[in-house]
Amino acid sequence: MGKAKVKRASTTIDMTAMCDVSFLLLTFFVLTATARQPEVMPVDTPASTTLDKLPDDNLSVITVGNNGKVFFGVKNPEVRKLTLKNMSAKYGVGFSEEDYEKFKGLDEFGVPFKQLRALLSLENDKRTLEIQPGIPVDSTEETSNELYHWVQQARLATVEFNRDQETKVKNYQDPGPMKVAIKADAEEKYSIMNLIIETLRNQKQNKFSFVTGLRQEN
Amino acid sequence: MAELNSDSGGGKKGGKVRSKKNGGRVDLTAMVDLAFLLITFFMLTTSLNKPQAMDVAMPDKNKDWNEKEPEIEIADNRSITLLLGSDNKIAWYYGQLASPITPPTVVDYSKEGIRQVLLEKKAQVPKVSGGKDLIVVIRPSDLSVQRNLVDILDEMKITDIKRYMISKIKAEEVEVLKTNGIYNDK
Repeated sequence: MGKAKVKRASTTIDMTAMCDVSFLLLTFFVLTATARQPEVMPVDTPASTTLDKLPDDNLSVITVGNNGKVFFGVKNPEVRKLTLKNMSAKYGVGFSEEDYEKFKGLDEFGVPFKQLRALLSLENDKRTLEIQPGIPVDSTEETSNELYHWVQQARLATVEFNRDQETKVKNYQDPGPMKVAIKADAEEKYSIMNLIIETLRNQKQNKFSFVTGLRQEN
Repeated sequence: MAELNSDSGGGKKGGKVRSKKNGGRVDLTAMVDLAFLLITFFMLTTSLNKPQAMDVAMPDKNKDWNEKEPEIEIADNRSITLLLGSDNKIAWYYGQLASPITPPTVVDYSKEGIRQVLLEKKAQVPKVSGGKDLIVVIRPSDLSVQRNLVDILDEMKITDIKRYMISKIKAEEVEVLKTNGIYNDK
């Protein structure tokens, strides 16, 4: 008969599985987190009690800051490219395939259309606020109001893109028309805001969102 | 705590080399700690980073009117007009500007300022107009800033006023702002 051996219970737990799971999750979150690119024009948005979040996709953002400089950006890179194609036809400025690829990586910009090629030829970190004077906006619907056409062409491009996706991708959910958000600095004067709002209203884009930060009710 | 099974050192020939049973096991506590910390960080930054979006709807613009927007008839005792001036101040009046029920008064955007006015009028208007609710007309002047507009739209939400509209300020209303000293270009 063997001597009864008292088994010493170990206090260490096997953490291999836990470690596996946690790193799997970590990898997932790291990959899904979109690296925020530094904004060319940082904007201090006003705060509101609204809790609705800004959508990620199917959106274009008009940024206003730095005493009335207007920037524009389309979220979806494919739609962005289509928008430039439309704009290029409209304004009669040609772009190379390389330019289109560069434009896909351009989150937002603020130059008149004629200067866009020069902007695209620059390195990413050279596209500073100083060399970007803002997109021309006025109260007309002519080609001088470039923002009007950027928004309009982006909306058309969204429709085109969604229609295209429907034929290519099975069970594609059409997200509907593009949404427009205005991200304006808290100190921006209403005179410039009014121009932008009227620009949107002129093309019957009567619904839009103001990008705001969060605050308490009081 | 680390239990990395290291070779028991010197390798004395005489000594009996005892091999531990649970060989090669590393304590993962610190690693798991770190992993969870990072998970929390990435989870929060992805979801909390999204800014808020305040939806605004403007009325349809009819271009045939040629700048002259027809005056919409609103009962005097239902409408309060907020003129957003400079220096974070509002001038409000109740009724029509030519014959106001309450003449233009200057308030600020605080809880005691405009919210008090709005809540008071919201309670008062259905009594005097036979159950109809309050209409707020927001008229930002050129010298008001974006924060003012967002703040006032936010007040609409807080005070739960359903009928409001943003419209163009008139020249005589700019005069009101000037006489009250809240039309200063900084």
